[in-house]
Amino acid sequence: MKTNFLMLHTITRIVSFIILSFSIFLFFAGHNNPGGGFIGGLMTASALLLLYISFDIKKIKKAIPFNYSTVIAIGLLIAIVTGLNSILFGDPFLTQYFEYYNVPVLGEIELTTALPFDLGIYLVVVGVALLSILTIAEDDS
Amino acid sequence: MSTLHYLVLAPFIMAIFVPFLYKIRHIHTGWFVLALPLVLFLYLLQYIPIGVSMVPVEEIVPWVPRVGINFSIYLDGLSLLFALLITGIGTLVVLYSIFYIANKKDEPLNNFYVYLLMFMGAMLGVVLSDNLIVIYVFWELTSLASSLLIAYWFHKEKSRYGAQKSMLITVTGGFAMLAGFCLLYIMAGSFSIREIISYFAQVEFNESLFIPAMLLILLGAFTKSAQFPFHIWLPDAMEAPTPVSAYLHSATMVKAGIYLVARFTPVFGGTPEWFWIITSFGLVTLIWGSISAVRQTDLKAILAFSTISQLGLIMALLGLGSASFLDSVAEVAIIAAIFHLINHATFKGSLFMVVGIVDHETGTRDIRKLGGLMAIMPVTFTISLIGIASMAGLPPFNGFLSKEMFFTGVLEATTLSVFNVGTLGIIFPIVAWIASIFTFVYCLIMFFKTFTGKYQPEKLEKDAHEAPIGLLLSPIVLASLVVIFGLFPNMLSYTIIEPAAQSILPYIVDPYINIYHWHGPNTELFMTIGVVLFGVLVFINLKRWQEATFFLHERDPLNRVYDGGLDGLVSGSKRVTNLQLTGLLRDYFVYMSVFMILLLSWTFFRYDALAFDFTNVSEISPYLWVITLVLIGATISIPFIQHRITAIIGVGVIGFIVALLFVVFRAPDLALTQLLVETVMVVLFLLCFYHLPELRKEKFKPKFRMTNLVISIGMGAIVTLIAFSAHAMRHNLNFTPISQYFVENSKPLAGGYNMVNVILVDFRGLDTLLEVLVLAVAALGIVALIKLKVKEGQDV
Repeated sequence: MKTNFLMLHTITRIVSFIILSFSIFLFFAGHNNPGGGFIGGLMTASALLLLYISFDIKKIKKAIPFNYSTVIAIGLLIAIVTGLNSILFGDPFLTQYFEYYNVPVLGEIELTTALPFDLGIYLVVVGVALLSILTIAEDDS
Repeated sequence: MSTLHYLVLAPFIMAIFVPFLYKIRHIHTGWFVLALPLVLFLYLLQYIPIGVSMVPVEEIVPWVPRVGINFSIYLDGLSLLFALLITGIGTLVVLYSIFYIANKKDEPLNNFYVYLLMFMGAMLGVVLSDNLIVIYVFWELTSLASSLLIAYWFHKEKSRYGAQKSMLITVTGGFAMLAGFCLLYIMAGSFSIREIISYFAQVEFNESLFIPAMLLILLGAFTKSAQFPFHIWLPDAMEAPTPVSAYLHSATMVKAGIYLVARFTPVFGGTPEWFWIITSFGLVTLIWGSISAVRQTDLKAILAFSTISQLGLIMALLGLGSASFLDSVAEVAIIAAIFHLINHATFKGSLFMVVGIVDHETGTRDIRKLGGLMAIMPVTFTISLIGIASMAGLPPFNGFLSKEMFFTGVLEATTLSVFNVGTLGIIFPIVAWIASIFTFVYCLIMFFKTFTGKYQPEKLEKDAHEAPIGLLLSPIVLASLVVIFGLFPNMLSYTIIEPAAQSILPYIVDPYINIYHWHGPNTELFMTIGVVLFGVLVFINLKRWQEATFFLHERDPLNRVYDGGLDGLVSGSKRVTNLQLTGLLRDYFVYMSVFMILLLSWTFFRYDALAFDFTNVSEISPYLWVITLVLIGATISIPFIQHRITAIIGVGVIGFIVALLFVVFRAPDLALTQLLVETVMVVLFLLCFYHLPELRKEKFKPKFRMTNLVISIGMGAIVTLIAFSAHAMRHNLNFTPISQYFVENSKPLAGGYNMVNVILVDFRGLDTLLEVLVLAVAALGIVALIKLKVKEGQDV
């Protein structure tokens, strides 16, 4: 019997992007509301996983040409470099800074060094989740 | 950071640039590297005191000040001597290596110079640091660099063997040394050597940790300086390229142990244990090395054993000299040790380079194949003549002077009035004299077998001819130093030797150091004449000697202990590993759970932490009852589910209900995380189980099941008890929860309202960083497990 995935495919196309955008929202919301790098990363990973599971892995690999071990490495690097940044100012490793700015249209916004650090965490989480699951999934021997 | 700090760090910084300089292929990378040791050497020269007494320089940069670890540089006479050796010989060795290792296409010159610079920086760090922990770090770095350099030609089996051996032996010693340093810290309360010295100058030696600390530190020094019976790594280290052997394994690194002993003489000197241990190890090494050298056929092996024996000589002198805290007749031994250290670096360095040249130009180092090179390689011959004569202790070279001083030292030691030396003291000159005879014999062997006799071109791989000038330059410089120091020894006395002696024996105010060639017909002179006569006699009768079984075994018999020990260690640890690692996950869970149960119950018992208090408990609302019952129901049902997929979904149910509980208790971040983790986990589980074969669920024996049940109930009970006790304690002991701090400070200090996130990225950023690091390592582990599968019966 040949199974028909039409429903799954159609829904996945829409849903996965909703999850993706929500995950990015969660990532940025992190500092003041529930969310952050870890949660955002997990949600991104689950959106991507949905894509991988409902479509053929090889097809998606072509569409998302990331090497996830590189993603992990970049994430770690960003997190460590953000931490090292404070050493330049004579503060202990991983001291985070924040400052409020007034931007014309957007009003007052807050910029923190915790954000790039969180981005590093986000990338590592996405990379780890997808790397381990895809490695297991692709193993056909 | 002072200039001296940058001096230590400069080689490391240079090493970063080496790979880029290596890209310029038409210029040998060595030319770029050469400038660094030269500049450092010239810079250090300005610290030599001329006409004034040495003023030690001290610079401190805090590293971990709270536990007394500072990157403190202390430059006194002893440090200066070693730093000059490291940079001076380093310059010559780099120059020599440019011509020795050709700039071929596939030659990894970048590796070579990176390791060499790493060694240079680490060695400078060892001799210039005042802080024991910093010394330890640099000390291990020298071991690492040494073993990387030995394995430079890593495609050779023997190189890898030698590298592993040197690594294992020196690092074991280094580790013991670290333990010794910690014991010193416990006693003196400081890692600074000078503070430790001043501490022990005030108190009486009655600390119970004093002897253990001494023994552990000596273990480090002896393994590094190749003292008997740890010397076996040095001959195997000769697989390294010859510039490395000349630099690390004769002139500098193996003298780190000597440095350490000299450095600690003000701490431990004056005790009988220090005196006897160092003297006897030194003397045994001296005689064992010189006798072993006689039976070698490889030129480099002869030099290796000769180095071992000379290191033993210096060590013995330091041991004897340590008595001068109580009896000033032993001072000459310290002076002799320092002087011989310098001389050994010059003549042994030049000899290693000469052997490298012979190897380079003829293709062999086997004395049975060599011969008659005197006419073919006249310059090499001249350098060797100077080096060998100095090593044999013949006038007018510097080796003669320090050999005579060595004899003076051992003769003076017989008159020592301390440590019950008495009649035992007669052993010192006898051992020294016999060892010197054998030293003389191997010098003769090296000289005659290589340069005289018949030239046998058919046995050589290459047509022998004189080496290019570049290769000869460094040994020529060293050989001229041998002659200059031999003719004008007193140029060293008050510039180098006296400051160094003052660091070893701080109370010497004005030592009388005058080194003469002719000091009248005294015992020392007759001993030297005796050495020459007996040495020649032995050499003439060498043929008869060599038939003895002792001479047929070139390899040191102690190697059997090492090889057997290593094999035993490998097979033993394999057996232990196989005993524990059954490959069944449930066994590992049993280990972990049982351990946790035992540890936690012990903690309860030990700290009397078990407490119950249900007074401040809130009401449980009806819907919480429902949630909890579903949770318990799902948990209990899992062991009874036969189908795997159903079991996974059951586990998923537990996870989602826990997330629900988080929602109920108003922890949105936790709930979100739990939900997402659970989702991803279910996908992961399904994938894993999809790959498993469709097996029936295994049936265990009832008894086995019983233990598992007990363990799981025990685990659950202990966690519950912890929860109860924590609750009770909080009220009984009035602990203030730390959460208040975060509630108050998350906005003002970190600029965020979400406390959980602020803790993650700011207050506890390091935890998060390390957690994701663990995650990344785990992911790479999964990749490695799956991509690099081990076949049946294979061992990792």
